[in-house]
Amino acid sequence: MREEMERDERVFVMGEDIGTRGGVFLATDGFLQKFGAERVIDTPLAESSIAGIALGAATSGMRPIAEMEFADFIWPVFNQIVGEAARVRYGTNGGLHVPLVLRAPYGGGVRGGLYHSQSVESFFAHVPGLKVVVPATPYDAKGLLKSAIRDDDPVVFLEHKRTYRLVRGEVPDEEYTLPIGVADVKLEGSDISVITYGLMLHHCIEAARELAKEGISVEVVDLRTLRPLDEATVLVSVRKTGKALVVHEDTRAVGIGAEVAATIAEKAFDRLDGPVTRLAGPDVPAMPFSPPLEEMFMLDSKNIADAVRTLARY
Amino acid sequence: MGDGNPDIATLKSPANKVGAIRLDAPRMLAMYTQMVRSRTLDERVWLLNRQGKVALMSSAQGHEAAQIATVHALRPGQDWFYTYYRDLAVVVALGVPFKEIMLGYMAKAGEPFSGARQFPCHGAYPKYHIVNPSNVVGTRIPQAVGAALAAKMRREGTVVIVYFGDGAASTGDCHEGMNFAAIHKLPVVFFCENNRYAISVPLSKQIAVSNVAARAEGYGMPGLTVDGTDVAAAYEATAEAAAKARAGHGPTLIEAMVERALPHTSDDDDRKYRSREEMEEVKRRDPLPILKRQLEAIGVLNVELDARICEAAKREVDEATEFGEAAPYPTTEGFYDHVYAPQGGAPSP
Repeated sequence: MREEMERDERVFVMGEDIGTRGGVFLATDGFLQKFGAERVIDTPLAESSIAGIALGAATSGMRPIAEMEFADFIWPVFNQIVGEAARVRYGTNGGLHVPLVLRAPYGGGVRGGLYHSQSVESFFAHVPGLKVVVPATPYDAKGLLKSAIRDDDPVVFLEHKRTYRLVRGEVPDEEYTLPIGVADVKLEGSDISVITYGLMLHHCIEAARELAKEGISVEVVDLRTLRPLDEATVLVSVRKTGKALVVHEDTRAVGIGAEVAATIAEKAFDRLDGPVTRLAGPDVPAMPFSPPLEEMFMLDSKNIADAVRTLARY
Repeated sequence: MGDGNPDIATLKSPANKVGAIRLDAPRMLAMYTQMVRSRTLDERVWLLNRQGKVALMSSAQGHEAAQIATVHALRPGQDWFYTYYRDLAVVVALGVPFKEIMLGYMAKAGEPFSGARQFPCHGAYPKYHIVNPSNVVGTRIPQAVGAALAAKMRREGTVVIVYFGDGAASTGDCHEGMNFAAIHKLPVVFFCENNRYAISVPLSKQIAVSNVAARAEGYGMPGLTVDGTDVAAAYEATAEAAAKARAGHGPTLIEAMVERALPHTSDDDDRKYRSREEMEEVKRRDPLPILKRQLEAIGVLNVELDARICEAAKREVDEATEFGEAAPYPTTEGFYDHVYAPQGGAPSP
């Protein structure tokens, strides 16, 4: 964000506690001093207007980055993002467009309880006109965020809170971007494709390393973008391995896994050697607070390895 | 009028007069011409709806004086107009050709706001600085505030006006937008066209105070209620608000008391919730004869000139109707266009 704000004076950030506080996760730490209060706007506690104001500024030629303090607080903006931003280009026949990034820290396993743990991606990934990006590594986060800021359409950019501290990785200082809508094979393998995104990528890689010791070769595909979905990369992998397990932290029903599984069933059916399987969060309304309850919700590498073993035996 | 509503007579008191910006006679005549044109078009479209040629119409009849006055008080071509569904006279006063407007009512190819994807005059017409994104009332209020934020950041001296009804004034977005605009002293004019009905729900069930403008104090901006059937009152209030906004002194909430002469839309029947006696009173506050009498009184309008204005408007509407009826519907060829930027939304340089 800092590099993009230096590069393009149309880029500015707005959200709750992002100024003096530097954001509750310090994503904008030092921005106020560097860029000033006009480009680093501490907003009132009013999410709908954060998105609505960013939308109006975006159609007027600016490139706002609007921050939701937690993805759990995103519902008031649903109207402005789904009902409005996603339809502006289509509804004006190309007359206006919305170069807006809506950043939101999401996900659980952080003792966040019902209102600081939620995965919100599938609600937004359903919407034509939006792009939904979910990076899992620091390297991907930088390259994809730069692309999102430079994109001419609204991007919902979801950052898993647990990856902020859990995951460390090399991030080059130099300029680079990564394309939105392109998945990444994070680990090559030949027996089974595990398709995932976000925090679960790291659990899947850990599981794959364990399974390698048992002689099961797992290919791990990181979707990185949920809309538009990179069907080609998924299908190439599944056609190679013949087996697909889709893993996500979000609850199971009508989730991203259903979309990925349906795509595989439609387009790679003749190459499948087993049922396309989903491993996902349990269908309860949200993640509970107490440690054993939270652990019950969250998948880990052990759950994933078990699911892979079952599918591998098929 | 209904319980607890502002008394129109008191709005004409000197205390409600603002500043030194005064409306002159040539501009009043120009407003009258636009009002006749808008009314003639409005009446025709309503008729075309009854003939089955226009699917939906939300009439501006009764609101025109306030709408036209605001356009004259601002700078078309520079300022931005965030309209809502009842703002036909704003669109007319900004100079959008009737043929293009009619393409919208008839949902025909070449419609400039949305390619006939949206209801008439919804979408945007950047050439005329008109933005009207959706039918969800209130959502455009923070969006207009965002446009004003962009204008302030670029130090353009541009003002944004956002129009909305008394119903939209009840939305959370209205509150959030006004609050933010006042905090940051943004160059925006909030223009509430209060006709005292949100479809069928009367003002007394929308707000517990007597008028919408009373809220302005709570946001820390000026708020005033004007007689929206009087072009001078609406013009002077808007011109002063625009000058203040342009000078960096922040937003103003203007509430124009207007009349909704027809049901909410062509699909509505107001006989269930408005008495015929009330509608007689609405007719007495029709802004068109009011402005006509004002112009006659100062000797600017006579019978011959009025006939010429009306005849020209009728001709213009006739031509637009013929043009619209002859125009084809859009093909489905571009159905998938403009979901994303071309080339799948490749990053711009």
